[in-house]
Amino acid sequence: MEKFVSMLLAAIMLFSALCLFSCGDATPEIDPSLLEGEYTKDLEGTVLKVYNWGEYISDGKEGSLDVNKAFEELTGIDVVYSNYDDNESMYSELAAGATYYDIIIPSDYMVERLIREGMLKTVDVKSLSNYKYIDEQYKGLYFDPDEQYSIPYNLGMVGLIYNTAMVEEAPTSWSVMWDEKYSGQILMFNNPRDAFAIAQLRLGQDLNTLDKSDWDEAAELLKEQKGVLQSYVMDEVFNKMEGSNAAIAPYYAGDFLSMYENNPDLAFVYPEEGVNIFCDSVCIPASCQNYEAAKLYMNFLMEPVVALANAEKLGYLCPNTSVVNNDEYSYKDNEILYPSEENMPKTQWFHDLDAEIVEYYEELWVGVKNS
Amino acid sequence: MSNTKTKKGFERNLKKNSMGATFLNIPYILWAAIFIIVPMFIVAYYAFTNNAGEFTLDNFNKLSLYRDSIIDSFVYALVATVVTLVLAYPFSYFVARSSETVQKIIMMLVMLPMWMNLLIMTYSIMNIIETNGIINSLLVSMGFDKLKIINTPGAVIFGMVYNYFPYMVLPLVSVLSKIDDSLLEASADLGSNAASRFWRVILPLSVPGVISGFTMVFVPSVSTFYISQKLGGTNVNMIGDSIEALVKSVNTIHLGAMLSLVLMVVILICIMVMNRFSDDSDGGIVL
Repeated sequence: MEKFVSMLLAAIMLFSALCLFSCGDATPEIDPSLLEGEYTKDLEGTVLKVYNWGEYISDGKEGSLDVNKAFEELTGIDVVYSNYDDNESMYSELAAGATYYDIIIPSDYMVERLIREGMLKTVDVKSLSNYKYIDEQYKGLYFDPDEQYSIPYNLGMVGLIYNTAMVEEAPTSWSVMWDEKYSGQILMFNNPRDAFAIAQLRLGQDLNTLDKSDWDEAAELLKEQKGVLQSYVMDEVFNKMEGSNAAIAPYYAGDFLSMYENNPDLAFVYPEEGVNIFCDSVCIPASCQNYEAAKLYMNFLMEPVVALANAEKLGYLCPNTSVVNNDEYSYKDNEILYPSEENMPKTQWFHDLDAEIVEYYEELWVGVKNS
Repeated sequence: MSNTKTKKGFERNLKKNSMGATFLNIPYILWAAIFIIVPMFIVAYYAFTNNAGEFTLDNFNKLSLYRDSIIDSFVYALVATVVTLVLAYPFSYFVARSSETVQKIIMMLVMLPMWMNLLIMTYSIMNIIETNGIINSLLVSMGFDKLKIINTPGAVIFGMVYNYFPYMVLPLVSVLSKIDDSLLEASADLGSNAASRFWRVILPLSVPGVISGFTMVFVPSVSTFYISQKLGGTNVNMIGDSIEALVKSVNTIHLGAMLSLVLMVVILICIMVMNRFSDDSDGGIVL
C-alpha cells in the first residue's frame, strides 16, 4: 500500500515537472531584430525592482511572451518583480519608506497624489525612442499634463453588462440598475468610489465633487437602489454573470469580453449618462535606485512586440498605436474596447480627493449597506 | 527505607515540575500580553481618537446608526447557535455511544471542513446554492421548480451552522463520552424509562458541554462577516460586515474600532451571563 502511494506521488511529481518544463519551453523568445530601442549590456548585473498590479503583465503563461525574462536576457539586468492589489496599499508601502521600487504602475488619481507629494522622479519621456507610439489623445492626461512623470500603460472604462435573455429591452441608461422589474437580479460594485460614481453619473454630478451635500444625495440614491439589488460584488461578478445568476451588473469593458466568451447571452453598453475612465501609468518613484535601468524598462514596455503581448494578456484598452493598428492584435477594431467616435461615451476621471471627503463618503457607504 | 526514598524523589519531582511549569508558562504569558492584551488597548485607543490622534467621542455618538445591525447580528447568531445545538446534540450522543473506531472516523469527517479555508468554503457553497447552481440545476433536470436559496436569511444561517458545527460537536462529545454507563444502569434499575433517563441524568450531566459549545459557536457567529455578504446578498448586513468595510480604509478605521470595542463588551457580558448557568465543572469554558 505505502509503496503504491509513494509510486503514485512520484508519478504525479514527475508529471507536473514535465508539464512545467514543456510549458516553459513553449514561451516564445523575443526576436531582437523586431526591437526598436537600443538595449546594451552596460547595466548588466544591476537590479531593477518592479512593483505592479497582480496579473498585469504578459508573463509567459499559455505560450505568451515573458516580458520580464526577455528584458533580463536583453540587458543582463536582474528584474525583481512583485505585486500589489490596490493603489492604497502600494501608496502606504512607498510612503512608509521601508523598501524602495524602481518602477510602479499606479492609477491616474494615485499618480496625481504621488506627484503632489513629491514621491515621483521626473522622466524626460519624450526622449524615450518608443514614446512616439503612444496615442496623442492619451499623452499629457490631467494628472501629468506636461508629460514629465508617467507613460500610459493600460486604460479602461466601466460599462453596463446585461443578459439579453433576462433583460427585455437593451438598456441605455444607468437607471436600469434601479428598475424594480429586475429586482433581485442586479449586482452593484462592492467598493465605495465605483458605486458612488454610478449614482453620481445618474445625478449628473461631477465624480470629484467636494460638496458634501452631493455625496449625501448620491448616498440616498444608493439606499433607494439597495432594495432591488441582489448583492454587492467585485470579482464574484464573473461567476454570477457567466452563470446567468444575475441579469445586470456594472463592470469593466475588458472583463466583459472574457465573460462573453463563457456566456454569449451577455451584452455590453456604455450608458448615456457617461462612464468612469481610468489609466494606469508607468512611473519611477523618488526612491528609485536604478534610474537608467528604469528608463530602459519604460522604453521596453512601449516596444511594439512587448506592448502587443501585454495588450493581449490584459484585454483592456491599449494606448500604444503600434498595437491598435496591428492586424495580429485580436482586439483590433473591437467596438467595445475601441468605440468609434460616434459611439464614444462621455467619460469622467477620478481625481485624488481630500482625506476628509474620502472619510465622508466611506462612512456614507457603510451606512448605505447598513440601511 | 526504599519507601521514603521514593517519596522524597517524588516530592522533588513534583517541585521540579511546578517550577518547570511556571517557566514554561512565561512564553504564553508574554504571547498573551503582546498579541491579546496590547491589541485590545490599541482597539480602545483607536475607538476614542480621530485621524489626527486627538481624543474624540464622535465615533461613540455614531453608534446609534449601527444599532439595528448589532441587534440583527445577535439574533442571527442566536438562531444559528440554537440550530447548531439541536443538530449537534443527538449527533454527538450517537458518536459518544459508538465504538472507538467509529468515533475516530466520524470525528475526522466532522473536522474535515475545518481543513478548508473559510473563504473558499463559502465561495463553494455560493456556487452550490446559486440561482443556477448545482442544486437548482439538479432540480430543473428532474423537472422540479427552482428554489430560491441564495440571498436569503436562511442561506446565511445555513452557512454559519455549516461552518461552526464542529465547535459544538467537540465539547459535546467530550462531555457525553465521559458519562459513566453505571449511572445509566443505576437509573434504569431504579425504574427510569429512556425519556426520564435522558432528562434527569444525561442532560444535566452534559450541561457544561452544552454551555461550552454554545459559547464557542455563539461568539464567532456574532462577529461573522463574509458568509453574510456572499450568501445573504443585500438582505443581511451583519455588524462584522460593517466593521470589515470600516477597518479596510485608513479613514474610517476609528469608527470600525469603536464598533469592535462595543461588540467585544457585549460578547463579554453574554459570556458572563452564560457562565452563570454552568457550575464551573469540567468541560465548561474558562474566561
